[in-house]
Amino acid sequence: MARRGGAPEVNAGSMADIAFLLLIFFLVTTTIETDAGLDRMLPPDEPPTDEPVILKQKNIFTVNINQNGQLLVEDELTDLKDLRAKAIAFLDNGGAAAGSDLYCDYCKGERDEASSDNPDKAIISLKNDRKTNYAVYITVQNELVGAYNDLRNRECQRLYKRNFTDMEAEYLNPETPQRTRDALKERVLKIQGLFPLKLSEAETSTN
Amino acid sequence: MSKFKKKKDGELPPVSTASLPDIVFMLLFFFMTVTVMKDSSLLVENELPNATEIKKLEKKDRVIYVFIGKPSKDYQKVYGTEAKVQLNDKFADVSAVGDYILEERAKKAQELQNVLTTALKVDKKANMGIVMDVKQALRKVNALKVNYTTYEGDAFKNLQ
Repeated sequence: MARRGGAPEVNAGSMADIAFLLLIFFLVTTTIETDAGLDRMLPPDEPPTDEPVILKQKNIFTVNINQNGQLLVEDELTDLKDLRAKAIAFLDNGGAAAGSDLYCDYCKGERDEASSDNPDKAIISLKNDRKTNYAVYITVQNELVGAYNDLRNRECQRLYKRNFTDMEAEYLNPETPQRTRDALKERVLKIQGLFPLKLSEAETSTN
Repeated sequence: MSKFKKKKDGELPPVSTASLPDIVFMLLFFFMTVTVMKDSSLLVENELPNATEIKKLEKKDRVIYVFIGKPSKDYQKVYGTEAKVQLNDKFADVSAVGDYILEERAKKAQELQNVLTTALKVDKKANMGIVMDVKQALRKVNALKVNYTTYEGDAFKNLQ
């Protein structure tokens, strides 16, 4: 009998096997990960200027970490869990008298004269030993950034009725439309201006 | 004798697997599109610490990675157990970090060269000494934006 119709059908039964093979290859090589972490800026490497900047002692909040991971905050041995509260109390203090140009009208702190004048002047100085464990250092950094974020969130709730961290994340997300980002930029800068992150890291002491 | 045999009752017709390749291909394309090939294998132990106040690192093309940690088991005989820096695929000295950053920066497109971030992936058991040295090296080459890469989690878990 003569063959009718076109060419015989190709057996595609092994197609699935081939596809599976490729699939397994990509499954194994895939790494779905988005890195996240603490963003920090290092100070620029500039030659020391002749005129040292004069800061009032009360505007500096010193944090020392020793090699055993113990914390010395403002010359007091402190537990890591209390660091955030202490930092917030210092930053939010607003000690400048009412009427002076440094007066901080949004601060809700104790207004202690012996502590920081206003959040713009307040500086946190972080020092660590060469033998300090990295995990402790990150925890301390996390708590200090957390203190700033808590305060910024509070102000952002007051002014714009939303959390600063969410707002900043939306602002930094490249998928956010440009127009929304322009609108957000002003707000983000405003809140950042209220509590500017001033975290100084001195050179590590050798002894 | 009938021409057409009647099917026996009770026998299930076989399930058609003709659409299996389609399903598999769909999965295949999904993984092909989301895949990022691992470009460097880790030579150091790299268990990152936890933190809560983290920000995502957007845009991988703007990131330079520096790994720090003690050499993993296979390399401990040769390189010891002291924490080391890993750049790309090999161990390096702290003094090589600056050159590496400059080299990587030169490879990037012109408009990206000023917005690069250095991601420091440091093992949580490392000491700050080597991290400080790397930071100093970064300052020397003006790579000031750093990201301490961490996992998301309770920061106090680091201390245990």
